[in-house]
Amino acid sequence: MNKMSFSIIGSNKNKKSIEKAASIIFTICAFFGVLAVFSISIYMIVSGTPAIFEVGLKEIIFGTVWKPNAAYPSYGIFYVILTSIVGTFMAILIGVPIGIMTAIFLAETAPKPLAAIVKPAVELLAGIPSVIYGLLGVLILNPIMYKIELAIFKDSPNHQFTGGSNLLSAVIVLAIMILPTVINISESAIRAVQKDYKQASLALGATHIQTIFRVILPAAKSGIVTAIVLGVGRAIGEAMAISLVAGNGANIPLPFNSVRFLTTAVVAEMSYATDTHKRVLFTIGLILFAFIVIINIILNKMMKGGNVDAK
Amino acid sequence: MKKILKGTSFFVVMLMLVGLLAACSSDDKKNDNSKTDNNNNNASQGTNDKMLSGSLTISGSTSMEKLSNIAIEAFMIKHPNVTASAEFIGSSAGVEQVLAGAVDIGNASRNLKDSEKEAGAVENIVAIDGIAVIIDKTNNLADLTQDQLISIYTGAITNWSELGGSDQPIVVVGREAGSGTRGAFEEILDIEENVVYANEINSTGGVMAKVASTPGGIGYVSLDILDDTVVALKLEGVEPTADNIKGGSYFLSRPFVMATVGEISEQDEIVQAFFEFLKSDEGKELITTVGLIAAD
Repeated sequence: MNKMSFSIIGSNKNKKSIEKAASIIFTICAFFGVLAVFSISIYMIVSGTPAIFEVGLKEIIFGTVWKPNAAYPSYGIFYVILTSIVGTFMAILIGVPIGIMTAIFLAETAPKPLAAIVKPAVELLAGIPSVIYGLLGVLILNPIMYKIELAIFKDSPNHQFTGGSNLLSAVIVLAIMILPTVINISESAIRAVQKDYKQASLALGATHIQTIFRVILPAAKSGIVTAIVLGVGRAIGEAMAISLVAGNGANIPLPFNSVRFLTTAVVAEMSYATDTHKRVLFTIGLILFAFIVIINIILNKMMKGGNVDAK
Repeated sequence: MKKILKGTSFFVVMLMLVGLLAACSSDDKKNDNSKTDNNNNNASQGTNDKMLSGSLTISGSTSMEKLSNIAIEAFMIKHPNVTASAEFIGSSAGVEQVLAGAVDIGNASRNLKDSEKEAGAVENIVAIDGIAVIIDKTNNLADLTQDQLISIYTGAITNWSELGGSDQPIVVVGREAGSGTRGAFEEILDIEENVVYANEINSTGGVMAKVASTPGGIGYVSLDILDDTVVALKLEGVEPTADNIKGGSYFLSRPFVMATVGEISEQDEIVQAFFEFLKSDEGKELITTVGLIAAD
């Protein structure tokens, strides 16, 4: 109908108004995101700070006992924070090497038919909802973990058996969940390395593997670090899957302990919490929010650094 | 051009904010309208019976929050000129307030103490809260005593063999802090301060699933949702059935008391109407919807 207005022979006036209208629409759309971030930040600060004054920041962050409903309630989430840090770190430790190796495989060494299997599988992995990871964890991982737990702690009467819901289960689930992020971003980083580097290295007599580890990976460093930071972001913000497999006891993050992450601490108790308990849950949300903001700042710094390198 | 764009974008954001605020407030108004509409409709029905007006105040147990709120809401719809309010400050404080005459009804999620009865409080049991203790199907245990249950949940007993079962560690499953079922369970056993969970799960269904899938698991759930994926234990030899709970022989239950000063018949007509409402079929249905057993 108005195909004409987009054509070069359309009148100048018409074109101008369309340009203008489009740019206004784009601006409005762009500010939805800003509005969301802005209102979330305000909301988190407004609802997260009252409990800090009520209970005390030190008691919340460094307290180790979580008993919100006791006669003398205590709201210490030190172990919870520790669990989030340790759990995310362990997940990165497992997930990142596997992810980077997979990326190298896809970008460098994979024969075409194999890559045709691996690539769609990784992409599918990224699209699976986290609750499915959690259910698989409950049905497959937890029973296996329970058998291992039974074997290891056979003779230690002080161990509290968790039925396989422990830190290790959560870490394994998280490691699998960050794989697609790590693989996809490091693969494109590796592919973006200039061909000359590789050719020069090979021409100098280095083997393919030497070239990968000594030339290509260092050249793709900033992209790979970005992948890792994004992986950390994904791992620290995940709630659904780990709330199913971690056991949710506020304990020291040891491999076979039932543990509670920052995210699950909020999710698990929000529905029935009242008064101070509820406000402290918002504070936990605020702490988690702060973690994620910090990760994003690091990421931004790193991306900028990467650009400088490239120039 | 850039300046103009900046100007327009700022304007657009402001517009959106204003729009959002307007949307919120108009929503509120709409809700208010629909509420009053509802009340008016019911008012025209209510006038056929008796037109009650005045206020009803309730105070007491936090565990009875759900029951009280749903009951006063329904009661206010029935009697639109009555304003009922409830606050939840704990059983003992609630009974104290009713004795002091500060409120009409004092909620207590326990039987009244003798001292409270002597002071004039009357124990009106409106509902009973029952909890079943469940284990997985491979477990051959059928019966636990109260002491055994306490030892399990405080971590003193960690293996089923200590209770005459097979050599299998006990996996202690419970609800998250704040859950009413957890509150009741710990309060009845008096283990609020020293309970140790291996798994804290934030839904009744989740507890059932975890116990069903974990050999050696033990958990607790509201009586009304039990199914055959798990085994409900007898406690002190008593089966967890509605009849046994009403009869008082099953100990993992507690009465929900709405205490009044003097018998119900001595109360003003609003309080009388409220208790009549709770005893009616409609009231009993409300009580069962919040997972409780209606008292006779």
